[in-house]
Amino acid sequence: MITKQEIEKLANLARIKVNQDEIDSLASDIGSILSYVDEIKKVNMNIDSKANIGAINNVFREDKSISSTPETIQAIMNESPDREGDFIAVKKIISQD
Amino acid sequence: MIDLNNLTIEKAHNNIKTGKYTSVDLAKAYLNEIEKKDKDIHAYLEVYDDVIQQAQQADIRFKNGNFTKLTGIPFAIKDNILVKGKIVSSASKILENYHASYDATAIEKLKNAGAVFIGRTNMDEFALGGSTEKSAFGVTKNPHDLNRVPGGTSGGSAASVASNTSLVALGSDTGGSVRQPSAFCGVVGLKPSYGSVSRYGLMAAVSSFDQIGPIGKTVSDVQIVFETIKGKDIHDGTTISDDTYEKVRIGNKKPIVGIPSFFMNMGGIKKEVLDNFKKCIEKFKELGFEVIDIDLPNASYALPAYYIVNFAEVSSNLSRFDGVKYGLHKDGKDIIGDYFETRGYGFGKEARRRILLGTYVLSSGYYDAYYNRANLLRQVITNDFIYAFKKVDIIITPTTPSPAFKIGEKNNDPVSMYLEDIFTVTANLTGLPAMSIPSGSVNIEGKDLPLGIQVTARHGDENTLFEFGKVFLGEN
Repeated sequence: MITKQEIEKLANLARIKVNQDEIDSLASDIGSILSYVDEIKKVNMNIDSKANIGAINNVFREDKSISSTPETIQAIMNESPDREGDFIAVKKIISQD
Repeated sequence: MIDLNNLTIEKAHNNIKTGKYTSVDLAKAYLNEIEKKDKDIHAYLEVYDDVIQQAQQADIRFKNGNFTKLTGIPFAIKDNILVKGKIVSSASKILENYHASYDATAIEKLKNAGAVFIGRTNMDEFALGGSTEKSAFGVTKNPHDLNRVPGGTSGGSAASVASNTSLVALGSDTGGSVRQPSAFCGVVGLKPSYGSVSRYGLMAAVSSFDQIGPIGKTVSDVQIVFETIKGKDIHDGTTISDDTYEKVRIGNKKPIVGIPSFFMNMGGIKKEVLDNFKKCIEKFKELGFEVIDIDLPNASYALPAYYIVNFAEVSSNLSRFDGVKYGLHKDGKDIIGDYFETRGYGFGKEARRRILLGTYVLSSGYYDAYYNRANLLRQVITNDFIYAFKKVDIIITPTTPSPAFKIGEKNNDPVSMYLEDIFTVTANLTGLPAMSIPSGSVNIEGKDLPLGIQVTARHGDENTLFEFGKVFLGEN
């Protein structure tokens, strides 16, 4: 139903490292889950239409911050794994090779 | 000694108000109970270190006369609801040491009412599961039988109320995560109408399904908490107000009860559950309710449609955990390598599985066959319910197809775990309010295991759920 190569591709798209010994069990679990949810393909309906979910549409507000104070900004910054001053630090994105 | 077993919000409130005991006495009674019981049950991931100080503040409010019904009432809070300054981890390694930078709207409202927060409760990681076995920090046990699960994902909250280590609790419900553990633990749990309670400060699992819901020992307790935390919120554009939905009622005096018999008889439901449910139907009639058979022709597609939307939204919502902005960081060889290491190590098995499934159902070529089709079905099933509500005021089913199962029993078969949610997911797919109430118990291997029935009402009509629940349970 789903191959090991497909699992590797999905894991790559989702940016998740999966170990080789885990791929077999993921393939078998995901295969059986997909064959269960495939049930919905049996329903006969017009799939060109768009669903309209929920009672609320187009909620607008002023495009300005409603909750950030200097304290909350510091509290949020304090949760970053690596920071330099008021910047979050990450590894270099462009390398020489 | 305070009799915690028969305590309600109303009783505790009156006793504090008349000086029989203080908020501090009450908080101490619960802390004492946690000391005695929670090493066996493990409902709590953390008991806060400022419980007594919070209770002292509540007592000051009583002295000053600015108290509410919830002042001094001890709450347990699910570990995915933000309490400013406290650790909130969604029971995941990826957020193990994360501190909330603000209060969830529901928490802010409870703080304004003077509630006391005892601690944060265990759950399935990121609210993905149905047994609280998927926590990164150990399983929670069912207080009625320590070999069995408390249900999930709000298993810690339900087990805490059932074992008297909190008076009431907040959980969150994405596909049954308040109602199913409430049924397994023998307590009352409400999933409000979508939009009734703000999701601001609730960690997102499936944004179009998630609702914060109260868990308590009585319908009245659940109602008091719900009325405090509900309401429109500028921070959550999907919140509704009291007049969003028209108030409709067919039954003259009592609400008319609908039973979807066909849906009930399609198999997979344990005999003891069906037997209990039949007795409940007799009881509805004895209590004077009119009971009508109804049809929900597409209800059997609810579960697969629910899971497709669940996978899609979970994989999108969990993409924010990248080891850069907050939470765990694991080093790889470059920045992309950091993502792979952090997410591979930080997410548990169920979270990883659903992220991959979501990536699959959203990928080009599969989108129409899965995600789009599931959303259309969602509309079709909602229409089925709206049609049924032309003849009845509430729809009742069992909450779960079985009583609490054994720890480890469903670990190797994810589909059988998903089938647990057969009755509960419809309320999340449709946005309807639904509440689980205790309906008796069944004796298995010498232990009395609770069962529950689920009552569903029209959008915005929680009041009819409370009205029915109080009559059924004989509350005043």
